[in-house]
Amino acid sequence: MKGRNGLLIGGGILFAILLIATVLLSVERFVPPRRAAESAPPAAVETATATAHITATLFYMAPDGRTLVPVRREVPLATLAEALGAQILTELFAPAPPPYVSVIPKGTTLRAFYITNRGDAFVDLSPEVTTAHPGGTLAELLTVYAIVNAVTVNLPSVQRVQILVDGKEVDTIAGHVDVRRPLARNASLVKGT
Amino acid sequence: MGRLRGTVTLTVAVLVLLLALLPQAQVPATPFTLITRDGRRPVTATLVNNQELLALDDIAMLFQLALREDAGAGSATLSYRGRTLGLAANQPTVSVNGRAVSLPAPVVQQGRRWFAPVEFLQSALAPIYDQRIQVRRTARLIILGDLRVPRVTARIDSPGPPTRVTFEVAPPTGITASQDGSRVVVRVDADALELALPVGGGGVVQQIRPGEQGNTVVLSLDGGVGSMRAVPTTANNVARLTIDLQGGGAAPPDSADTPAAPRPPSPPSTPVDLADVLGPRKTGQTIVIDPGHGGADIGARGRAGTEKQIVLDVARRLKTLLEMRLGARVVLTRMDDKAIDFETRAAIANQNRGDLFISLHLNAAPSPDVSGTEVYYLQPDRDLELARSEVAKTTVAVSVAGGGARPIEIVQWDLAQARHLEVSGRLAALIAESLAARTSGAPTPVRRAPLRLLKGLNMPAVLVEMAYLTNPAQEKAVASDDFKNAVIEGLHDAVARFRTQIEETRTR
Repeated sequence: MKGRNGLLIGGGILFAILLIATVLLSVERFVPPRRAAESAPPAAVETATATAHITATLFYMAPDGRTLVPVRREVPLATLAEALGAQILTELFAPAPPPYVSVIPKGTTLRAFYITNRGDAFVDLSPEVTTAHPGGTLAELLTVYAIVNAVTVNLPSVQRVQILVDGKEVDTIAGHVDVRRPLARNASLVKGT
Repeated sequence: MGRLRGTVTLTVAVLVLLLALLPQAQVPATPFTLITRDGRRPVTATLVNNQELLALDDIAMLFQLALREDAGAGSATLSYRGRTLGLAANQPTVSVNGRAVSLPAPVVQQGRRWFAPVEFLQSALAPIYDQRIQVRRTARLIILGDLRVPRVTARIDSPGPPTRVTFEVAPPTGITASQDGSRVVVRVDADALELALPVGGGGVVQQIRPGEQGNTVVLSLDGGVGSMRAVPTTANNVARLTIDLQGGGAAPPDSADTPAAPRPPSPPSTPVDLADVLGPRKTGQTIVIDPGHGGADIGARGRAGTEKQIVLDVARRLKTLLEMRLGARVVLTRMDDKAIDFETRAAIANQNRGDLFISLHLNAAPSPDVSGTEVYYLQPDRDLELARSEVAKTTVAVSVAGGGARPIEIVQWDLAQARHLEVSGRLAALIAESLAARTSGAPTPVRRAPLRLLKGLNMPAVLVEMAYLTNPAQEKAVASDDFKNAVIEGLHDAVARFRTQIEETRTR
């Protein structure tokens, strides 16, 4: 009886190994070569130390004062999109590196960041984004789209971004721009596009 | 027999396989109608990734264009008589004569087929085409050439007797009715019609449907009709034809002049149109001015005052000026320093049946160097854009006192602005021009943004950012009477010109 059980378990393991090998081989065959090459570096970085960084595009006030300018910045690497998104936003909310000017109200912090299966990201901000906002349609547009663009440009899996304040849905953050629903990237506010 | 069954099974299997292998779902949507001098023809729309798009090969065939694809570069060109426009896959812009024209949705390439939103015809193709192309998305019409296509709405006001049917034509033009056996033919002096007809009938009217000719509508009647009386009127820039139909054998209402047959009082079920009682209503008669922010919501801050105080002061002055000079009825959304939410502002404007809406604000920027005046109107998001086609369709019948039903149009609160976008854009341009002339003389840009306030407004609506409180020079200026007077004079000029323009287009 015992011998029979061992045979069964052994057979089961062998079958499982064969199944996994088949799946892996077929996946290899169906993945286009370009994608396979792309997926190699992140796998390598996964084991890298905590000091690993990647270059992300953040948005600050353009010299004309009316638009956003894309700026390449190093942010700590994270493998999961949600963790990487949080790193990018934390960097965006930090004081801007000279000569750039931040369009995010002082004191604003990220409470939470998550991504739904539909490709919508939720950015939950501390109340300072509203209370410390200077007001005005232009300043509000710049704040909203610096956040929306930073997330959608750097995280290809995210199509739209919904802003929450203190964990709750709000109409606007400063009285003008509708943020009740997820917003898509706005390229017209970015200088040089 | 067995062989036949085998063949059928195989065929079905192959078909299922083919269907499964087809590129991403392309679902046919309700077609658009192309109206030309020669008549009407359907233009198929396809739902691709939830966007309603037109196939460019169909468009190329209809408009005699050459579609050339650069497969490697993911781009394509459309040419017409030596003029060319360039498209790129997944781009919401098209290059026309070297200029970028933006579209409400990106161009889509699926296999060898290219798709673009219907607005492409008006904004991108029209500039290189030698005929006018007009797109009316809500009515699903594409109009080629200078054709007169007024909007014709029919409704059964009362089943009667007499059955009362009202036709409204905007912009107003000649409308007549003639009886032809068991039907009434309504003829409009136009090339084609944009129709909004009730679904069912009522009283002696079985059905109201489009006529055989492009400019007629037919009322099918239930059995014989004794008499018909049709009265045309024009009010509020709408031509109206009220048709009263009596069942077979009844005395014609016109003979009511004779003392023997006193005219019966109007049936109580006929709703009274306030516009008829109050007389013709001028365009731009009711103007809604919205001083931004208020109460705890201070808005932008400056040393000379806060946004909420300054805009209220300007709004009060503007109200007086518009009432005095234009004889208009001016409604303010707030008269004092109190907080009101977006819904209340929209409700005040909509319930007062405003003809235009101006929200007054002061701007702020992260840099003190930024200055100037800006005029905004709504940039709809994708959901709103899609819903535009649905807005006109939602008509429901409600019971009226005394029996019968009256169709009323239901507009979703958040989509109310969708059908006014074009006119809002014109109003914004006029205000920008007038303000630039009256204030600094510097060009005042018209911008579009997804503004929360404007979405629920069922009238042409704009938001004016008068100056930057974050700019030291402008901050000082806004406190002065000179600045406030220049702004209200500029707004007055724009409103006056807007009224004239609307009158002209309606009476043309």
